[in-house]
Amino acid sequence: MSEQLLERPAERVVERVTLAKALNAGLRRAMEADDKVLVMGEDVGKLGGVFRITDGLQKDFGEDRVIDSPLAESGIVGTAVGLALRGYRPVVEIQFDGFVYPAYDQIVCQVAKMRYRSGGNLTMPMVIRIPYGGGIGAVEHHSESPEAQFAHTPGLKVVTCSNPVDGYWMIQQAIASDDPVIFLEPKRQYHADKVDLDTSATPDPLFASRVVRSGSDATLVTYGPQVKVALAAAEAAAAEGRSLEVIDLRTLSPLDLGPVYDSVRRTGRAVVTHEAHVNLGMGAEIAARISEECFYSLEAPVLRVGGYDTPYPASRIEEEFLPDLDRVLDAVDRSFDH
Amino acid sequence: MSQQLTGPDLAGEGPDPRTTTASSDGSTSGSTQAFEEVFGPTRDNEPELVQLLTPEGERQHHPLFDQDFSADMLRGFYRDMVLVRRLDTEATALQRHGELGLWAQLLGQEAAQIGAGRALRAQDHVFPTYREHGVAWCKGVDPLRLLAIFRGVDQGAWDPEAHHFGLYTIVIGAQTLHAVGYGMGMQRDGVVGTGDPDRDAAVIAHFGDGASSQGDVNEAFIFAASYNAPVVFFCQNNQWAISEPIERQSRIPLYQRANGFGFPGVRVDGNDVLATYAVTQAALQRAREGQGPTFVEAYTYRMGAHTTTDDPTRYRLNDDVERWKLRDPIKRLEVYLRRNGLVDDAWLAEVGEEANELGRTLREGCKSMPDPKPDAMFAHVYAEETEELRAQREGFAAYHASFEGGAA
Repeated sequence: MSEQLLERPAERVVERVTLAKALNAGLRRAMEADDKVLVMGEDVGKLGGVFRITDGLQKDFGEDRVIDSPLAESGIVGTAVGLALRGYRPVVEIQFDGFVYPAYDQIVCQVAKMRYRSGGNLTMPMVIRIPYGGGIGAVEHHSESPEAQFAHTPGLKVVTCSNPVDGYWMIQQAIASDDPVIFLEPKRQYHADKVDLDTSATPDPLFASRVVRSGSDATLVTYGPQVKVALAAAEAAAAEGRSLEVIDLRTLSPLDLGPVYDSVRRTGRAVVTHEAHVNLGMGAEIAARISEECFYSLEAPVLRVGGYDTPYPASRIEEEFLPDLDRVLDAVDRSFDH
Repeated sequence: MSQQLTGPDLAGEGPDPRTTTASSDGSTSGSTQAFEEVFGPTRDNEPELVQLLTPEGERQHHPLFDQDFSADMLRGFYRDMVLVRRLDTEATALQRHGELGLWAQLLGQEAAQIGAGRALRAQDHVFPTYREHGVAWCKGVDPLRLLAIFRGVDQGAWDPEAHHFGLYTIVIGAQTLHAVGYGMGMQRDGVVGTGDPDRDAAVIAHFGDGASSQGDVNEAFIFAASYNAPVVFFCQNNQWAISEPIERQSRIPLYQRANGFGFPGVRVDGNDVLATYAVTQAALQRAREGQGPTFVEAYTYRMGAHTTTDDPTRYRLNDDVERWKLRDPIKRLEVYLRRNGLVDDAWLAEVGEEANELGRTLREGCKSMPDPKPDAMFAHVYAEETEELRAQREGFAAYHASFEGGAA
C-alpha cells in the first residue's frame, strides 16, 4: 500500500461534482502524488476518454504519463503488466465493459497470478477501470456487468463506486493498493448527480461495505448503479410504512459482509439486487453466505433481483431488463409473503 | 555465403503460395500471379539466412553481422551448450523416473538460447516462455529453480529483478506484451539511448513459431512499433508447435512479418551459436540506443518432443530428425574448435566431467527438494491478504490440526 498516495491535504476544499468530475479529480491527485502513476488506454489523451474521465490529464502530465494506446485491449493490459513489473502504477481504461473480454486472458492468467506464481517476488499494483452497466441506450457490448467474472478470480480485487464522493476516494485508494484492482464505474451515474465533495475528509476504507440507509424491516444489498435504485425503492417503501435498510457493498472481492449479516440479523429479510445476470452472479454468493451466517434469523429465503439470463438486450427494451424500483419492491413483497 | 550450405529447408522453402493459389483457381491464375508479383509476398526475394559457422564447422563471413570471437568466447559458448544440453537430458531422465511431472525439452535449440543469452548485458531484461533453460542459465538462474516448476514445488520463485530474468510464461505469447511494457518503463526511467553503455538497457522477449500466431504477439509488435520500445522479439522457429508444423502458422518466413509492422526482421541460423550471438547483439544494441524493436527469427529445430508427454513419431518423419541431427549446434562448434586447435581432448574431457557433475547436482538436488507445506497454497495470493482468505487459511490449518499429528 502506498502511503504517499493516501496523504490528504490539510485545507478543506468543497466542490459540487459529478462522478465523472470526481474520478477525474481523484486521478489527477494520484498523478500529482506519485509520478509512477500512469494512465493508459484508448482515447484517454487528447480526447480525455469517451466519457471525459481523463479530461485534461495529458495536457498537464504529458504523453509519457497519459498514454493514448493502440486499439487493442489485451495489448493495453499486457503492456501495463510490464510497466507494473518495472515499478510503475498503471491505471488502464477499458473503454466499455463488453470490450474487456479481449483482455480477459491477460487479466485472469497474468495480472491475477503474477504475484502468486512468483512466490511474492513480484507485485501488480495496477488498476483496470471499466465503465460498466446499462441504461444509456447504447448498442451491443456497451452495457454489460462482468463483475462476477473477475470476483471469481483469486488474485484480483474488485470494487465499484456508486457516488461522486466514493469515486474520488476509491480511485485513489485503488491506485495506492499493491494488488491489482478491477475498478468498476457505473457509467449511467457519470453525469447524473452532483454532490458536495470535501477533499480533506477522512474516507471509508476501500474494501468495506457501508449502510447507506437505515431500516428495520428488510435489508437491500446492492452496489454500483443499483444503489440509486435501491434507495429510491426504500423511499417508496417508507411512504407505505415499510422500513428498508440499504447496504452499498462497494467491494465485491473481497466481500465485506459483516454489515450485511448485522443488518439481516435485525431485519430477518434480505433482497440482493444487481444489474448482472442472476444465474451464478454476485447475488448467488451473497445469498449463500447470508444463509450460512444468518440462518436462524431469516424469516424468508434470500431473494435476488437482477438482469435476466439473456444477453444484454437491444436498448429500446433495456429498461425491462434492468432491475427497477418496482421489481425490487416486488421482491420485498415476496419476502414478506413467506 | 555459399548457397549449398544453407540448403533449401534452411532457407525456409515450403509450398509456394502462388502455385497453390493458381492451382485452386485456374480461371484467374494469370491475374493472381500478376497481383502477387507486384505486391508479394513471395519467397524469391528472401535474404539469406545469417550464418557464421556452417554445419560442417566452416567459418563464414557476413557483411552486416560478422565479428571476431576470441578463443575464450568460443570455448565459453561450447561449454554453455554442453552444460545446458546436460541439464535438458538430465531433466528428461528425471521426468522418466517420476521425479518431474513434465519437462519442456530444449534439445537442438542450445545455440539459439546460448547465443541470445550471452549477447545480453547484465541490465537487459528477459521475458521467457517455458523452454528458455539456456537463457536462464546465462542469466544465472539456478537450474534447480527451473526443475522446481516442473516438479510442482513452486511456479517460478526466483527473483526476476535480481536476475533480470522474468517468470516462465505458459500461455504462449502473453509475455511479449509484458516485455513491451517493461521496455516502455525503461524509456520512462531514462535508461534507453543515453549513450552510456553501462546504463542503456533493452528487453528481449522469447517465443516460438506457434506463439507467432497469437493475437498478443501481434499486439506486442504494434505496441512496440508505436512507442519505439527497446525490445528484441526473439522467435525460436523450431518448426513445430506441438504437432502443428510451421506451414500451419505462416505462409511467409516469419521474419518477413516484421516489415509489415514497421521494424526490421532478420532470420539467423539458430543452430549457429556465433551467428545467433552476433545478430542478437546487434538487435539489442539497436534497442538500447533507442532505435526501437527488431524481430529475430532463429531458424532451428526441436530435436526432442514438445514436452515429455508428447510423441512426435505420430506426426513427423524420422528422416527430418536425422537430417537436422547433421546440423547439431554443439557438434559444429566442436569441429571448428578442434580444427583450429582451440581445444584439445583434455579440455573437452574437462567439460564432459563438468557436465557429469552438473548432472549429479541436478539429480540429487531435484530428489531432495521438499514438497511445500500444504498451507503454502494460501501464500502470496495478494500483497494485502483479505479477511476472506485469512479465514480460509485458518480454517484449513484447524482442519488439518484436527487429525492426529496433522499440523499443516
